[in-house]
Amino acid sequence: MNAILEMRGITKRFPGVIALRDVNLAVEQGEIHAICGENGAGKSTLMKVLSGVYAHGSYEGQIVYKGEERTFASIRDSEHLGIIIIHQELALAPLLSIAENLFLGNEPGKYGVIDWSTSFRRAKELLKTVGLKESPSTLITNIGVGKQQLVEIAKALAKKVQLLILDEPTASLNEADSAALLNLLLEFKSQGMTSIIISHKLNEIAKVADKITVIRDGSTVETIDCHAEPISEGRIIRGMVGREMAERYPPRDVEIGAELFSIENWRVEHPQHAGREVVKGVNLHVRRGEVVGIAGLMGAGRTELAMSVFGRAYGRNIRGKAQLDGKTLDLSTIEKAINAGLAYVTEDRKTLGLILSEDIKRNITLANLNGVSTSGVIDDAREANVAQQYRTALRIRTPSIHQRAMNLSGGNQQKVVLSKWLFAEPQVLILDEPTRGIDVGAKYEIYGIVNDLASQGKGVIVISSEMAELLGICDRIYVMNEGKFIDEMPAKEASQEKIMASIMRQYGAQS
Amino acid sequence: MSVQPNAVSSSPSTSNSANEMRAQLWKDNLRDYGLLGSLLLIVLFFYVITEDHTSVSPVNVTNLVMQNSYVVIMALGMLLVIVAGHIDLSIGAIVGFVGGVAGSLMVYEKMPYPIVIVIALVIGAAIGAAQGYLVAYAKIPAFIVTLGGMLIFRGLTGNLLLGQFVGPFARGFQNIASGFIPDITDISAVQGALPEWAHIKWLSLIIGIAGALIMFVMALRRWLSARAEGMDPEPLALLIFKNLIFAVIIIGIAWDLSLYKGLPVILVIMAALALFYGFLTTRSVAGRRIYALGGNRLAAQLSGVKTERLTFLTFVNMGLLAGLAGLVVAARLNSATPSAGNSFELDVIAACFIGGVSASGGVGKVMNVVIGALFMGVMNNGMSLIGLGIFWQQVVKGLVLLAAVYVDVYQKNKG
Repeated sequence: MNAILEMRGITKRFPGVIALRDVNLAVEQGEIHAICGENGAGKSTLMKVLSGVYAHGSYEGQIVYKGEERTFASIRDSEHLGIIIIHQELALAPLLSIAENLFLGNEPGKYGVIDWSTSFRRAKELLKTVGLKESPSTLITNIGVGKQQLVEIAKALAKKVQLLILDEPTASLNEADSAALLNLLLEFKSQGMTSIIISHKLNEIAKVADKITVIRDGSTVETIDCHAEPISEGRIIRGMVGREMAERYPPRDVEIGAELFSIENWRVEHPQHAGREVVKGVNLHVRRGEVVGIAGLMGAGRTELAMSVFGRAYGRNIRGKAQLDGKTLDLSTIEKAINAGLAYVTEDRKTLGLILSEDIKRNITLANLNGVSTSGVIDDAREANVAQQYRTALRIRTPSIHQRAMNLSGGNQQKVVLSKWLFAEPQVLILDEPTRGIDVGAKYEIYGIVNDLASQGKGVIVISSEMAELLGICDRIYVMNEGKFIDEMPAKEASQEKIMASIMRQYGAQS
Repeated sequence: MSVQPNAVSSSPSTSNSANEMRAQLWKDNLRDYGLLGSLLLIVLFFYVITEDHTSVSPVNVTNLVMQNSYVVIMALGMLLVIVAGHIDLSIGAIVGFVGGVAGSLMVYEKMPYPIVIVIALVIGAAIGAAQGYLVAYAKIPAFIVTLGGMLIFRGLTGNLLLGQFVGPFARGFQNIASGFIPDITDISAVQGALPEWAHIKWLSLIIGIAGALIMFVMALRRWLSARAEGMDPEPLALLIFKNLIFAVIIIGIAWDLSLYKGLPVILVIMAALALFYGFLTTRSVAGRRIYALGGNRLAAQLSGVKTERLTFLTFVNMGLLAGLAGLVVAARLNSATPSAGNSFELDVIAACFIGGVSASGGVGKVMNVVIGALFMGVMNNGMSLIGLGIFWQQVVKGLVLLAAVYVDVYQKNKG
């Protein structure tokens, strides 16, 4: 036993709630230690206690790091000892260069004057370590989110990291970037670095972790030693939800009807670069009761396609024909698209989906205020009633519909967004990454909602980077790459390999 | 057969969350009470400190209402602008400009004042529309657009009036700002029949009492319906206490007014506007959408809210109210002057922030903004009464603004 970190009996209280209750965590030198748990289980709180975001004294229990008890008063103290946390939402300054970001806060130089040549040389070395070939002077905004994640890791290396904590590092990465990141972690491990990884992607955890600590409802449930027993996703889930989940996806038994919605030869140009097509002549159709998936790598143009259809929320010079029940639609504004029967659940619920400062009730009715008002005057009782109904139907776990959206966990937030769009009574529901960053239990419930909707004869279009999810919930899958639909297959005949193969085939054909 | 009682024991976790909700509600309310309490405190302070309690004398209270009417009127528009996530620095200049145009039209062109009022309001709205267009559709930050507007209209006012005071105006026009609603006791026959002690302006007292009563009943009804829906409203005792204080304030002011000349016309205008905007912000679809827009513009947009048009309209509305304020100021001074409206925007914006409007948009209440404006008004008035120099007054107002916002931000971060 050579523990680099031991957290003993950590209890953290917030007014009215106990977020952590006697949590124990022991991380050994040189291992990759995963922390799993449903949303709201207390993983992030635990990491905030560790990194000093919650100062010593605001919690009970002991933190022993490298053999000494530590009392971090702020994040500075923990960083000083090499404990670096990389948050889910990246903390990079988008309009500064990679080099500037790497040394933000501890710039090389003297008397407040930055030594640019040292800074560039060291930046180059660090980028090489994480496998980036970009020039240090590239602006952050000009590199993809996968590379940004690597820059964050390089930044941690610049701070002489000893214990690296990654909070959902692959949540917004595609499969290729995720794999690269995980390999990097394994490589660091072989060089003796210790890391803690928080992730909902259990397959990734099963792949890299040496030990897994499972947290449920603020308490440690167990620590699984991955070398002592064969580890499977099912094994982890059992710990997280406290029971075996027989099925990851609810059974689908839906009668597929006539064609409901279609777009033909849909073309969209980039909003800033006129003439550059992001969507290049897509044909798509959805039948009543059908769940259609769009698979593809990040940057394939899936979100752009969806948003351009949804009232031209993205792009310029949008051409193509959209039809619902055989009638051509005018989708020139979002309001018209909603009235025509479309709904779009964004991939980014916090910045595009919710008014975080407002309560659940107001969020749910926002897209269909006419449904709770008479000649422009809102009927409070009716509104409360509607919100109450959706809260019950979708099992939004909250004491009241007056709870602010910002106080909900990811899964519950997503249910609020879904409620909003269900209340708008769409014919066609477009879901963009509907389960990103939410836990297994909530995922299952959301799949159930999708099924219900389909069984009412609506059409559902799902965009997801998790191929397993598309395979699990869709009837038919389109494969999109570089702005085009390159393949289409019934979900029954599809597999992850087949989807990847058709994407790769296209690359092969090009070169 | 015995009927089993519905023994529903709430699990500890739900009662915990219910407590949490209650704590949240309590915290939200606390701010409102804090604001109201501070207003009462400074009223009391000036009551004690001024000679013969001048600060609450009928004449002074009447003056206070008239002096501050323009702040209240414009704060209602500014509330919407700030809630939508913007700011308007040009309103002081619009007050000057609209006053100047209106004055010139009446004095030089001999235009009848009712037509001038309409023209002035249209000009105000048009200025708001021009600025609103630049903010909403051309996407230029409001700070810059209205800074430009401020310079332009201040300059135009100067050119128009060339340093002259333009006036006086017809009595009817002046009444907007300094007239009183005719009282029953103004009829000499009635007056003659009344005993000496009853020679007060009954109308204002009656309206004051009625207003307080209506407010109380409405608050109670809201509370009851909230409870009926299974929400968890504030404790009844607290509600009664709060409304009692409101009632005392309203009736107190009404009493004061009735001892002097009665109900000022401008107070009626102000009250009507406050009620209208209160309704707009809490009950109307349009109001709800403005809050959504300020809370998260992108999410509102993707929910079908026409964010650009709505932003445009909040500026049109602001211009309209600034135009009205321009008329009120000119009517009160009985002349249009080149410096009218100078730095009014600062008083108005300060009133909003003291009233708890969030500078980042999405949060703010009409009632609190009105209290914020009254707070500024009472301070201005009180400090003048005790003879504090104008520069020290500015220092005090600045400190009060910072203190109010500090308390806000501190509470928000703590919670």
